[in-house]
Amino acid sequence: MLESCSISERERPTFSRRRFLMLPLLTFGTFWPLLARATEVLSFDVLYKSIGVLGIQYSDKALALRGKAVRMRGYMAPPLKPESKFFVLTREPVSVCPFCASDAEWPADIIVIYLNGTLAPVNFSHRIEVEGRLEIGSWVDPSTGFVSQVRIVDAEVRG
Amino acid sequence: MRPHLIFPALAFFAAVTLPVHAQTIFPINRADIVAGAHFDFKVEFAGVVDPKLVSVEINGEDYVKTLGKAAELISREDGKDVSSLLLRNVSIGRPGQYTITATDGTHTRSATWNVYATPKKRIAKNVILFIGDGFSIGHRTAARILSKGIEDGKYKGKLAMDDMPYMALLTTEGTDSIITDSANAAHAYTTGHKSCVNALGVYCSRAANTLEHPKVDTLTALAKRKGMAVGAVTNSEIEDATPAAMVAHTRRRSDYNDIVKMFYDSKIDVMMGGGSPNFLPKSTPGSKRSDDVDFIELFKLANYSLATSKTEMQAAANDASTTKLLGLYNTGNVDGALDLKFLKKGSVAKFPDQPDIVEEMQAALKVLSRNKEGFVLLVESARIDKYSHSMDPERAIYDTIMLDNAVARAKEWAKENGSNTLILVTADHSHPVSVIGTVNDELAGNEMRNKVSIYEDAGYPNYPRPDTDGYPSKVDVSRRIRLVFGATPDYYDTFQPFMDGEFVPAIKNASGVMVANDKYKDLAGAVLREGNLPNKGARAANQGVHSGDDVILTAMGPGAEKVHGQMENTDLFRIIAEALSLGNPDRPESNITRSKMVKRSRQ
Repeated sequence: MLESCSISERERPTFSRRRFLMLPLLTFGTFWPLLARATEVLSFDVLYKSIGVLGIQYSDKALALRGKAVRMRGYMAPPLKPESKFFVLTREPVSVCPFCASDAEWPADIIVIYLNGTLAPVNFSHRIEVEGRLEIGSWVDPSTGFVSQVRIVDAEVRG
Repeated sequence: MRPHLIFPALAFFAAVTLPVHAQTIFPINRADIVAGAHFDFKVEFAGVVDPKLVSVEINGEDYVKTLGKAAELISREDGKDVSSLLLRNVSIGRPGQYTITATDGTHTRSATWNVYATPKKRIAKNVILFIGDGFSIGHRTAARILSKGIEDGKYKGKLAMDDMPYMALLTTEGTDSIITDSANAAHAYTTGHKSCVNALGVYCSRAANTLEHPKVDTLTALAKRKGMAVGAVTNSEIEDATPAAMVAHTRRRSDYNDIVKMFYDSKIDVMMGGGSPNFLPKSTPGSKRSDDVDFIELFKLANYSLATSKTEMQAAANDASTTKLLGLYNTGNVDGALDLKFLKKGSVAKFPDQPDIVEEMQAALKVLSRNKEGFVLLVESARIDKYSHSMDPERAIYDTIMLDNAVARAKEWAKENGSNTLILVTADHSHPVSVIGTVNDELAGNEMRNKVSIYEDAGYPNYPRPDTDGYPSKVDVSRRIRLVFGATPDYYDTFQPFMDGEFVPAIKNASGVMVANDKYKDLAGAVLREGNLPNKGARAANQGVHSGDDVILTAMGPGAEKVHGQMENTDLFRIIAEALSLGNPDRPESNITRSKMVKRSRQ
């Protein structure tokens, strides 16, 4: 039943107005010219070969795209702190309990997005597209201690 | 203000502002402490004190005489202009009233503790504590309707947890609020002390570090000191508040990485649930740790059998040499019964061989009962709460049926194994949920609201006859139960079960306001409901919340006869402590009573 009204089709991003709003960000994007022609779309489904209790295995495609420009679609999880320079991209919108909002509540198969510019407000129930350079490997965010395994850095957001 | 009202008003002002100017003593006033249990003693002064003016007495004598050693006077705690007296890991062996009086030379404050003994003769060999997280009367009624059915105006059968001889109402308030969360609620059961929201195994002091608050003994530590085995099985992440309350000491329940270490240090014998990423070193993809400690490896080195699926769990439990078992079946929460057994949604495709809590408990019983000194086992049906937060009635009801199935199996096990097991079934807190009737699709019209049938129109729902485990095989029937939530964010009321996955009622919009999740707005019959919870700011609610309603405790087995009337949640700990005779003095070496005993024995 819910499939018939899935967000993905009904709310496919309309880029024109958003792109206009994003224009100020582009001027800050050192790496943007390198990424502008990114065509590889990674989905959560092809990112991993397996997700197991004892760890995740990346797909050959993800490993091949390491260091390269990619696009991914998903949902922005409410940031841990409003001033965070990164956010978590999830496969489905996450409902995080206000009493226990921490990285502990987030699923394991997440992507962390490090922004190139200032984060434009988005609706957390709307699917967004993120474009940037794919990083794979453990990284502890120096300001928050948040651990990530897969990141898109120097990223732009389109909603 | 009229003159004669000024004095009472000032007196009231002084009363409510007193804590700012006076000492705070931990354990707090009116604490019940089992004799011999360990605790941290702390006095927080309002400012920086002159050590020469500080005096702390217990029953009119210097505190050292009772607690056995001198405390550290921290002149400027956490670099702030406040002093504290701190003494870790003490105990009192002799039962009685203890009045603590602390003064800084100007301000004086007192607190009284009740130290109680437990019977010399232990009456229970084992204790199984069932916690339905957030499990409320509405869930219980709905589960009974679906799994037992009604005929001739009477239920066709009883729930296993209904069919127990002793019952009480437990009150769940904490030191900070009329509403608890699962942390301080479970802490009350596992320590016998009251605490505040988000706290596990500690009192909520002003310490800056979440791990430095005054600690109190856990049921696990007390039982292990008696040589007993201890287990905790759940379908939440194992680090989540309820199972963590068995071992943890932290002011912040989300300290998952620290909590994994606390599980390890506790030497708990059996632990099962989800939440594997905090066991993996950060170099392992999928880890949530911020260090490179490999707790999977550490547990294995400590002779734990590791199970990552139901098949592995059962093989490990059936191996007679297994006495320690770590079961991790999901990266997040283990899927609930409706997804696991019927709909196959959630993460079932990713983790197809997860046990339910009944199977976890049965494996745990096999392993724990290999210890001839007996065991304490916590069994949690965690997602009754999580599905009530997400306002997903059918999933919450199926997990209540699962809880009851576990209780039924435990009762059978206890009967077959000497009838010396105390079984307690309760919730940690409630949710504002109620059964108000049915939804009847066969009524005319398109408005779902007018298909909600109340009073005599509600009739009985038409779920198929439940299977042998009490689950109807279908939830999207034409006349289904209407379980409503009393405290909500904005959401779309769909009047139907969520067949494609757990409900996500509300999500923040771009302006930071919590709004109804428009994923559901185009479902046939869906209606926007304006919520009654905060929708802006740090406390904006994106889901249902806990209520402060009392919860039910039912009990059977040795010691259960003490369960009656209205009780504090901390009284449940005392029932366990008395049944297992946990209060035998067992004091640190530095303790004065121990020293005297040693001296006497040498004479």
